[in-house]
Amino acid sequence: MSAQPRLKVERLSIPGLLAPVDLVLAPGEILCLSGPSGAGKSRLLRAIADLEPHSGRLWLDGTPSEAMTPEAWRRQVGLLPAESGWWADRVEAHFRQTPGADALADLGFNAPILQQRVDRLSSGERQRLALLRLLENRPLVLLLDEPTANLDPANVDRVEALLLRYRGSRDAALLWVSHDPEQIARVADRHLDLRDGALHAAAGAAA
Amino acid sequence: MIHLSAFDLALAAALVLLLAALTARLGTGLAMRILVAAARMTVQLLLVGLVLKVLFAQVHLGWIALVSLFMLLVAGREVMARQARRLKGPWGFGIGTLSMFLSSFSVTLFALLAIIGNQPWYQPQYSIPLLGMLLGNTMTGIAIALDRLNQAAWRERREIEAQLMLGYPAAEAIRPIRRESVRAGLIPIINAMAAAGIVSLPGMMTGQILAGAPPVEAVKYQILIMFLIAVGTGFGTLAAVWAGARRLFDSRHRLRLDRLTGSGS
Repeated sequence: MSAQPRLKVERLSIPGLLAPVDLVLAPGEILCLSGPSGAGKSRLLRAIADLEPHSGRLWLDGTPSEAMTPEAWRRQVGLLPAESGWWADRVEAHFRQTPGADALADLGFNAPILQQRVDRLSSGERQRLALLRLLENRPLVLLLDEPTANLDPANVDRVEALLLRYRGSRDAALLWVSHDPEQIARVADRHLDLRDGALHAAAGAAA
Repeated sequence: MIHLSAFDLALAAALVLLLAALTARLGTGLAMRILVAAARMTVQLLLVGLVLKVLFAQVHLGWIALVSLFMLLVAGREVMARQARRLKGPWGFGIGTLSMFLSSFSVTLFALLAIIGNQPWYQPQYSIPLLGMLLGNTMTGIAIALDRLNQAAWRERREIEAQLMLGYPAAEAIRPIRRESVRAGLIPIINAMAAAGIVSLPGMMTGQILAGAPPVEAVKYQILIMFLIAVGTGFGTLAAVWAGARRLFDSRHRLRLDRLTGSGS
């Protein structure tokens, strides 16, 4: 691994929710984050994607976030929220370029899904399509908020395999919120707990 | 022109009392509001009548400016009050009021100087009613548009933020809502123009005809007013929605719903 961290978070805090947090992710590293609901995991991810006012500083490959436009930052530091938003009627309109058959097949879809109406999709389908949409930007950091929460076991496998493959192809760093100990054991290089507004090494994990 | 006596007005007022009595019996809870609104209207208009009488008697630009400012501030307050969610702090009042000022005052000035061309140009008999009609209509347009903008941004926050997350600029994420808000603000005046003369006889023209003006002259004034109102409402609404939409985001293109009232934080 190179000396330059992929993502560096220094004294990031959200007033009233999060004490200053320091975090470093190496290229290709997967850091799993767990903790009780309401502890602020989602808002920590939102703050790292610069969607929420915060104090503290962020770096991507040594470049501070304020030196990049917010659009460029968010294309490189991609957030997959627990509940995805869809602003057009049909699936296809949410992609900059029409996804190829291979990319769709990786997540268990075929081409007709693109003509579907978004409000007819199941929450699991929406979650997988939101991931596909996000990967279009080829982000260097992925912030994943329970990416497999609504999925059946076959699709959990598909999403995990895709994410691991993507990590390898791009040397991307993944900050992955998960509540499933088995999943964490499968994918994590490190595991932290967010409790009482601060990060702790998770019990029984190689921290 | 046939003058109205106090008795004539009392006859019409009796009908309003009748309406209030009937709604009270039906238990709609509207009776009291009808009476209060009718009383307010009577007092306000009588006062305005007096103010205009004084203003017409001694033509002075300072007095006209003072009355105009008062009208603007009241309209600004009204725009603010009509938004279910509005921007916190001075912005809530400022954006609507400034947009109204820019559009209504400049259109009125234009009409007075370039079209009517009176001596002096601020002749209150023309300037005050003109400004009043413009303010009244821009007020409605801006209030509807800002209300729509803030409500839609609140309701569709997930859709907006989904686009921000993918690296779209804020202006692009809010564009459909901005367009929809401008539409909502302009629909009333567009409909009024489309229906004028067929479905409805506009109030100003009717007033002039009642006062004895030749119908064609009254119609020409009405056409002028309709054009001015459309322009004033249009530019005012565009300006207000543009400024309001910008204020919903910060310099890092974050959706800042915490800047709206009723957002809980």
